[in-house]
Amino acid sequence: MSVAVRNTSTRTNTLTAGKLPKGAPWGLLIVSWAIFVVIFLLLEASGTTSDFNIVGALFFGTILFDILIVVISMVVEGGRKAKDRLVTSLVATAFIVTLLPLISLIYTVLSRGLARFDSAYFSQSMRNVIGDGGGALHAIVGTLEITAIATLISVPIGLLTSIYLVEYGRGRLARSITFFVDVMTGIPSIVAGLFAFALFSLLLGPAYRAGIVGSIALSVLMIPVVVRSSEEILKIVPNELREASFALGVPKWLTIVKVILPTSIAGLTTGVMLAISRVIGETAPLLITTGFTTSMNYDLLMDRMMTLPVFVYTQYANQGPNATPFVERAWTGALVLILIVMALNLLARLIGRFFAPKLSR
Amino acid sequence: MTATAERPSKADTRPKSVVRLGDRVFSTATVLSGSLILVVLVAVALFLIVQSIPALTAKPGEIPQGAKSFWDYVGPLVFGTIWAALLALIIATPLALGIALFISHYAPRRISQLLGYIIDLLAAVPSVVFGLWGVLVLAPFIQPFYSTLVDKLGWIPLFAGPVSGTGKTILTASIVLAVMILPIMTAVMREIFLQAPRLHEEAALALGATRFEMIQMAVLPFARSGMVSAIMLGLGRALGETLAIAIVLSPAAVVNLHLLTSQNPNTIAANIALQFNEAQGVGLNTLIASGLILFVITLLVNMAARFVVNRRKDFSGAN
Repeated sequence: MSVAVRNTSTRTNTLTAGKLPKGAPWGLLIVSWAIFVVIFLLLEASGTTSDFNIVGALFFGTILFDILIVVISMVVEGGRKAKDRLVTSLVATAFIVTLLPLISLIYTVLSRGLARFDSAYFSQSMRNVIGDGGGALHAIVGTLEITAIATLISVPIGLLTSIYLVEYGRGRLARSITFFVDVMTGIPSIVAGLFAFALFSLLLGPAYRAGIVGSIALSVLMIPVVVRSSEEILKIVPNELREASFALGVPKWLTIVKVILPTSIAGLTTGVMLAISRVIGETAPLLITTGFTTSMNYDLLMDRMMTLPVFVYTQYANQGPNATPFVERAWTGALVLILIVMALNLLARLIGRFFAPKLSR
Repeated sequence: MTATAERPSKADTRPKSVVRLGDRVFSTATVLSGSLILVVLVAVALFLIVQSIPALTAKPGEIPQGAKSFWDYVGPLVFGTIWAALLALIIATPLALGIALFISHYAPRRISQLLGYIIDLLAAVPSVVFGLWGVLVLAPFIQPFYSTLVDKLGWIPLFAGPVSGTGKTILTASIVLAVMILPIMTAVMREIFLQAPRLHEEAALALGATRFEMIQMAVLPFARSGMVSAIMLGLGRALGETLAIAIVLSPAAVVNLHLLTSQNPNTIAANIALQFNEAQGVGLNTLIASGLILFVITLLVNMAARFVVNRRKDFSGAN
């Protein structure tokens, strides 16, 4: 009897034997970070480094964690599991390393952009402003108008093309369209700008600068993105849905409009929104097609038009004698641009969520 | 064709297939918009070629910056474009793979959607913002590391001195480029990883595979073509990226492999953006011709990538 009791107290649980406890990786990560925070603090105290470097501490701490977890796992759990731990920690490291610049970017844009995030910024243009003050109303209006027109051009064309590729396209035409959409995806934005510039300079003379030229340039960039994303989404609509619809005698075009598009509307919306957010920040094509101005201009067909990305660029590149207000306006422009994009994304998510059909995954 | 030649007999009771107006209109519209894309692409190429001819046939002295011929002018730019894009891809590809796997297969379900949203959001941070960040935040931050690198490892040609005092080097530009192309590569890879057949994954796990082995066996083979297309998208963006480079890089008309000096090869796109508004006459044609070169380079890259994707079509699983 006493022997049995002694046995159970020393016997290990066979289900968890040879495994690290569940929270071990997290604990180890925090310990590694702490070690390097202490090391860096000591370096600072001893005067080797001038100021405390949190990014460096996190970076080296993460690498220490990678080494530790593999060695410990190799000892406790054996080779296969150690390999798994290695990949897990590498993957997590990639994520952390990537987040560092992204956090830095967002932090900088927020902290420096808020300086001029005031009502004047949204109610004034830069007309007759040489130093302090001024705003980006003209640029915001320009960006919204140009992007809206580009979207109106691109979405119907892109969506119809992707429907053709997935539902109708057979043979040489479909293959060459697929191929050239891929090619178009790779068109550098500046080349699209050169194209639109030349198109209109052939028609209306080389000095013609207007918002509509920028819209054309942007839609050249946007169409392939819309096609690619919609195509991917339409491809994963289950074939059973199409077959069921045809079996009920529904015409093909109604099947597409009533069955396939509603099934994939969430993905399509996300794709279109991502396409918009890709082109809304394009600077280079707008710089050479719509130019820049300091005044309000609502007319897409006449005269130069300011856009938000170009505004940010010109504020940075053409600083006046006192640079601070220019750089401040540039950061605020960046912040506004990011906020617009975020709003678009949020809208896309909400639309996607409310209209998404319930699929198995 | 043969069916129309025969007169339909009364005995033939098969119902005629009706050509509906809706179907006709709809399919025509899709074909037209598909063809429009081809037309646009041809127009882009044609225009660039026509506008480039004056630059290609220019006499010495007409090309800006004292170059002997157009090729003399564009050579360093081509080198800079490819070099910067390659550096960016080397940095970004492993990170994108890791981050996409992390979101799709490692992160807890509850937060993975949030992480995906963050990445989607960052795919849309405009290049000009990345440029501002690169020159005002990253370059000053990273310059001390460059100094150390040149001091300690200066004997390696890549890290040869003299070190740039501002940090506006091609390595900084490539890091910015890598950060810029990361979100889009990650978004594409993550979508593909999430579409990997669930049953294959569960089967692998049920056979006793570790998570990495499951990913190796069930996810990566399925996702290979998607990964190539993600890298292709990233490369396309990196090659054509304009303003981030124009802002971050301190350029010179040189060809070298030094990562950390202030004499950096410029890229085609950045050069166009910086020169376009002042250019005129043959100078304008020269810039457009360099745009044509960029166009051809991206075309070749895309064709090569497409070839890989098509060869592996059996595994794409998108059917």
